[in-house]
Amino acid sequence: MSVIALRNATKRFPGTGGAPHTAVRDLTFTVDAGEFVAVVGPTGCGKSTTLSLVSGLEPPSSGEVDVNGEPVRGIPDGVGYMFQADAVLPWRSVVDNVAAGPRYRGLKRQQAREKAMVWVERVGLAAFAKYYPHQLSGGMRKRVALAQTLVNEPRIMLMDEPFSALDVQTRALMQDELLRLWQGTGAAVIFVTHDLEEAIALADRVVVMTSSPATVKAIFDVPLPRPRDVEEIRLTPAFVETYREIWQSLREEVARARSEAMSRAS
Amino acid sequence: MQAETLAPPAENIVSRTNRRTPWKLWTVRLAVVLVWLGSWELTATHWIDPFFYSKPSLIWDRLVDWFTAGTAFGSVWTQIVTTLQEAVFGFIIGAIAGVVLGILLGRARFAADVAAPFIKAANAVPRIVLASLFVIWFGLGLTSKVATAVVLVFFAVFFNAFQGAREVDRNLVNNARILGASRTQVLTSIVVPSATSWIFASLHAAFGFALIGAVVGEYAGADKGLGLLIANAQGTFDAAGIYAGMIITTVLALLAEYLLTLLENRLLRWRPPALHEGAENA
Repeated sequence: MSVIALRNATKRFPGTGGAPHTAVRDLTFTVDAGEFVAVVGPTGCGKSTTLSLVSGLEPPSSGEVDVNGEPVRGIPDGVGYMFQADAVLPWRSVVDNVAAGPRYRGLKRQQAREKAMVWVERVGLAAFAKYYPHQLSGGMRKRVALAQTLVNEPRIMLMDEPFSALDVQTRALMQDELLRLWQGTGAAVIFVTHDLEEAIALADRVVVMTSSPATVKAIFDVPLPRPRDVEEIRLTPAFVETYREIWQSLREEVARARSEAMSRAS
Repeated sequence: MQAETLAPPAENIVSRTNRRTPWKLWTVRLAVVLVWLGSWELTATHWIDPFFYSKPSLIWDRLVDWFTAGTAFGSVWTQIVTTLQEAVFGFIIGAIAGVVLGILLGRARFAADVAAPFIKAANAVPRIVLASLFVIWFGLGLTSKVATAVVLVFFAVFFNAFQGAREVDRNLVNNARILGASRTQVLTSIVVPSATSWIFASLHAAFGFALIGAVVGEYAGADKGLGLLIANAQGTFDAAGIYAGMIITTVLALLAEYLLTLLENRLLRWRPPALHEGAENA
């Protein structure tokens, strides 16, 4: 049973020169409960717009977006969203940041803190619960954001290149952490990235997008067993084979996006 | 495994990077003041007429006189308390009105567009002149001075609160909405704290404006206060009296500034220290 379904979803934004800019067109794909779907595509192709549509932050210009079998109007219940940029509140300590969701949803301060503390511990920040975000490293702030999202126990998690700003080692660590925390929650995940390795290491299926305006080019299954160790799994023949297969498809789009960028620049 | 949670504890990051030796700083400052006052005293004694320009020793005598024997209008403390009371009332009312209206209008785009030309016009009015009008409306007492201080403070605070509310990071707002915040919750938990740095930046200047409002209000007509002392000194060609009044007003402003900085540090202690010191100097 699919919890997210996009049918010919298109999003246009008012362009700078008067002509509307089409970010995504005719997006059609579904995500099942408990399924981890990665969306890859060339940089700047409109992958993030897909998440805005599902989260209800932006309505589609045409087509349909269904979440839990209902068309999206406003922010649907049970949606979590990890943004690319830091979205933790700089004026709140780690535990109060994580408690934000439960507080918004009507829990008393004390109960919200207790609930938050469980997740602060799960993401390995127990010793830093009283710290402010500026006192933390980039990786630790991502852990805060992850806990902030997970504390609401989302049935749908939308992740917009959440680890792209991290260094390679921290990123691998966070990917493992994400898989560990997600396993068994039964949440559906859409994980947007431009890093194909990351997409394959994490996902059950990989959606390849075309260059701008983006639409679905192809969808690939990832035949890798779980639980996975993201650093080990990259070395397995099955991973390399999947990578080669998907890269065949993605390569053309990356090349086209590059040549478009070049011609725009010249 | 969890290598990055072993990052150095925050004390290292928090510790100030740029600490100068304080005694050196204060020695140089003291030297500047001494040279300045000394050269003034010297020129006023030998070359220029202290009747017009006064000199530090005369101003000091006048201050001593005021604080021991009292002024022409009674104890100097009465004057100080009067002016301070007017300034504080004006500051509080003006700041609250400025913050509330600034934030609300900053979040309501249509209302802001409607109000924009009126606000610009109101800001262009030389508001200090309103002091005269307020004396006619409210009489010689407290109210007319508070009203002058309020109009001066309001605009200073309003524009910053407005800007602060407009420049809230969209990511933070979207994140809060996803986490389940209602419109009111977004306002109280995201917009107000984001705008606080902006608002404090204006509050420092605003207390100065409140004092100016109170003094000018008294200047326009009053039966007590520092403004009256200064106006009276002008009327009697007492240059030292004008300077003495200025000095007392300056000390009041500096004290208020100090208290505001304490409050700011308490409310904004989440800020990283580098940014923090930069904002203090701004």
